[in-house]
Amino acid sequence: MADTAVHHAEHGHHTSTGLSNNKLGMWLFLGSECLLFGGLISTYMIYRGRVGEGPRPGNVFDIPFTSVSSFVLLMSSLTMVLAVAAAQKRDDRGTTLWLTVTGLLGATFVGGQMYEFTAMYNEGLGYTTSLFGSAFYTLTGFHGVHVTVGIIMLFSLVAIIKRSNVPGDKAEVVELVGLYWHFVDIVWIIIFTLVYLIPA
Amino acid sequence: MTTTTEAHADHAEHQDHAEHGMSIRGYVTIALILAALTALEVSTYFVDFGPFFMPVLLILMCVKFFIVVSYFMHLKFDNKLFSFMFYTGLFLAIGVYAAFLATFKFFTA
Amino acid sequence: MAIIEQPAPVGAPALPAAPTPTRTYGALRRPVATTGWKSWVFTVDHKKLGIMYGVVAMFFFIVGGIEALLIRLQLAAPNGKVLSADVYNQMFTMHATTMVFLFVMPMAAAFANYFIPLQIGARDVAFPRINAFGFWTLVGGGIIVNLSWFLGGAADGGWFMYAPNSGPVFSPSHGVDFWALGLQITGIASLTGAINLIVTVLNMRAPGMSLMKMPVFTWLQLVVQFLLLFAIPVITVALFLLSFQRNFGATFFDVSAGADPLLWQHLFWIFGHPEVYVLILPSFGIISEVLPVFSKKPLFGYPFVVFSGAAIGFVGWGVWAHHMFASGLGPVSVAVFSIATMAIAIPTGVKIVNWTMTLWGGKLRFTAAMHFAVGLIVLFTIGGLSGVTHSVAPSDTQQTDTYYIVAHFHYVLFGGAIFGLFAGFYYWWPKMFGKQLNERLGKANFWFMVIGMNLTFGPMHMIGLQGQPRRMYVWTEARAGEGFFNIAFWNMVASIGAFILAFGVLLFLINVFKTTRSKEVAPLDPWDARTLEWMTTSPPKEHNFDAIPTVHHLDEFFHRKYEQDPNTHEMKQVATAEDILREQEANADKHIHMPSPSYWPIVLAGGLPVIALGIIYSIPVAIVGAAIVVLALFGWSLEPSTAPDSDFDPPASGDGTKELAPLG
Repeated sequence: MADTAVHHAEHGHHTSTGLSNNKLGMWLFLGSECLLFGGLISTYMIYRGRVGEGPRPGNVFDIPFTSVSSFVLLMSSLTMVLAVAAAQKRDDRGTTLWLTVTGLLGATFVGGQMYEFTAMYNEGLGYTTSLFGSAFYTLTGFHGVHVTVGIIMLFSLVAIIKRSNVPGDKAEVVELVGLYWHFVDIVWIIIFTLVYLIPA
Repeated sequence: MTTTTEAHADHAEHQDHAEHGMSIRGYVTIALILAALTALEVSTYFVDFGPFFMPVLLILMCVKFFIVVSYFMHLKFDNKLFSFMFYTGLFLAIGVYAAFLATFKFFTA
Repeated sequence: MAIIEQPAPVGAPALPAAPTPTRTYGALRRPVATTGWKSWVFTVDHKKLGIMYGVVAMFFFIVGGIEALLIRLQLAAPNGKVLSADVYNQMFTMHATTMVFLFVMPMAAAFANYFIPLQIGARDVAFPRINAFGFWTLVGGGIIVNLSWFLGGAADGGWFMYAPNSGPVFSPSHGVDFWALGLQITGIASLTGAINLIVTVLNMRAPGMSLMKMPVFTWLQLVVQFLLLFAIPVITVALFLLSFQRNFGATFFDVSAGADPLLWQHLFWIFGHPEVYVLILPSFGIISEVLPVFSKKPLFGYPFVVFSGAAIGFVGWGVWAHHMFASGLGPVSVAVFSIATMAIAIPTGVKIVNWTMTLWGGKLRFTAAMHFAVGLIVLFTIGGLSGVTHSVAPSDTQQTDTYYIVAHFHYVLFGGAIFGLFAGFYYWWPKMFGKQLNERLGKANFWFMVIGMNLTFGPMHMIGLQGQPRRMYVWTEARAGEGFFNIAFWNMVASIGAFILAFGVLLFLINVFKTTRSKEVAPLDPWDARTLEWMTTSPPKEHNFDAIPTVHHLDEFFHRKYEQDPNTHEMKQVATAEDILREQEANADKHIHMPSPSYWPIVLAGGLPVIALGIIYSIPVAIVGAAIVVLALFGWSLEPSTAPDSDFDPPASGDGTKELAPLG
């Protein structure tokens, strides 16, 4: 990518607003995702008390455990932002290092979520046990899928940077993946408080 | 983008990374603040905050949310159009779903 | 399809240079065909995609129309025997679903795709491959929704699919599964399309075209895309919940399990009301282009039309519960939503005043397009007024679920949205195909449609207020009533009207067929138009404009043709469209990079219906579909949007290039 530098200098400047198409598109997508998670969170809020014969939220949540995995996800936002900073300095080694760390932290979070789901299932909360169960697994599952997609993007990006064939502006691609990653993190900030810390 | 950043001249130590407004140290500081806020949140589980329980948690949640959006996602330093896109979606979601929950008597029951 | 075109000297046709792909991306080399079916299937050109959107939408219009005729045949006489109760339920559900999601939305998308880049002076959209992906996704979703006809029966819960009718107990066939997953897929098409077009409008405008110099059609489409951007995720949530209930045993809408069926109604209408404006605003945009051209006057109060459009878009989020007045929301909610609904009539009224004032004192030319535009103003006003009667909650309580509602929304959707689209056909046909639709046939088309539609939907006001319910597969002579309000008579009138209407649509198809076979070429500027899309050849070249125009005025093209005489203050013609085009060709950009065709959009879109079928029948199939999607995403992200310079002969030197974004 010999022309990356030239391209970087120019990027965005031939658009009417001077902003990059890709970044504008990503922000629009994130704005739209607010309505998606809003709908899932609201559904959970309506149904969290409808436990039927099954366990109540307070009985199945393991707050200390979830606090740790929330902390892990929060810190992955720091490593992500370090990857973006490295990419902007054209430091490929730093970029791939921090992207890998971010991906691993994300994988830890997803692993924790799987462990948590298994533990809840063993305590009697299946997907179809109650409306609370369905709504809870749907909401956290959607978030988990978003994190997983993010992890796949992070590791793919590492592989692609190593083979140095990112089409277009490398720093921008890292930044876009970063925006998505931070968004997944802020959604969890909300879920952690509204779902876990505030009891039904 | 540079002009946008210069408007925030009070962030003097960040000027050397003018394009995105933050140094590595700045990022680490933000992360430490976030960690501390999270610790405070989790402490509500162990310590009884009485009537302040709910407001404290909601305020902490919002503060964390906007710190990540403003600093890690650079909205504070970036073009206002990005903020417009995102906050339109966010506040529309809050407004619509708050009204939606209100019709279910979520806030009153 | 050429990847690069070097504009030839004035007068000679441009000769496309052939690209030679030197690299493979994933497993596939870039497609290079410039003619034949491959040049269409793998294209990323917004104009070809626009035409394909139009063809698919027209196909579904015919399908939905046949469904409507069957419904009217069943209801023409008491105790109809044409359809069974079960098939009747499927018929009205699929009629509405097809018309809303597979005709009006894609047809509006066809115009948006084709004309937004031309109206803002761009060479393509911001993300051409995402554009192609959106089209093929729509096709996949449309196939999934309609496949259910052949696999055990279509969805039968009404287009709003209220619980508990959507549950497995009352709808045991796979119809609702196909419906939910198919609409989920078309939702992806709308969402990606919305992001693409918003970025296009914001970022790809020609130099000098500030937001307040944009044509009204582009403006209102921008509002529509914002509505889609924020409304689609809401229906996505609702459809996921429904699919999880039907396919994975959740009970989100199952009252016997303690669920609240109003959850679905709220989510559906939070999406559904902005959706109503998604359907109508593109047509408002079209007639806001047509009326000034055929009145030879600028649009009256351009800023008011723009801002009232944005206001409709905004207030449209606060009125969804007026679809649910009869559901027991409680007096406070009903009062709030009732007042908000009355308020939204204001910006709509502003538009009607603006259009009327545009006509006032103009040099009117009643072409076919103008007929449809004026028809829209009248018919939409009737539908709008009956809409205001619903906003009054007590009156709505009586009207709910009767034919009065059916009358109302067909006046706004048929008389509004579809008349606008037909105005667009007649107005833009010469631009898209270089040939003019026959005006005489066009006017006959208009009169049959307008008479047919009033005969069909007008009497429904009456039979609705007489109490005939919607969605009932028969009515009986015993309860038909007497005298003028005898519903037997008016049902027969409505059914006859439906066939007159269908004949009108048939005339349009005949017109298209005749025009396609005719050799007569349309003039460059047949209507004396005002906006940028008329500043290029008809049909436009692949790169739209030889030189990107610099914009100084609202209605730039008009102001290049006409100047004000300083003495008489009258507009005098100073140039013809041909002069303007010649000047542009003389100043053509040397090398124009166009985004290159790609296999990946159609491969990626093809994975989605496979996932849907897998969810319904067998999870391993869904995993295969997901694998196709993931592989296509990798191929997509490794392939640059525009082929590298070395792939061209002669190699592009880079000067004068207008590069597009790499990721799209």
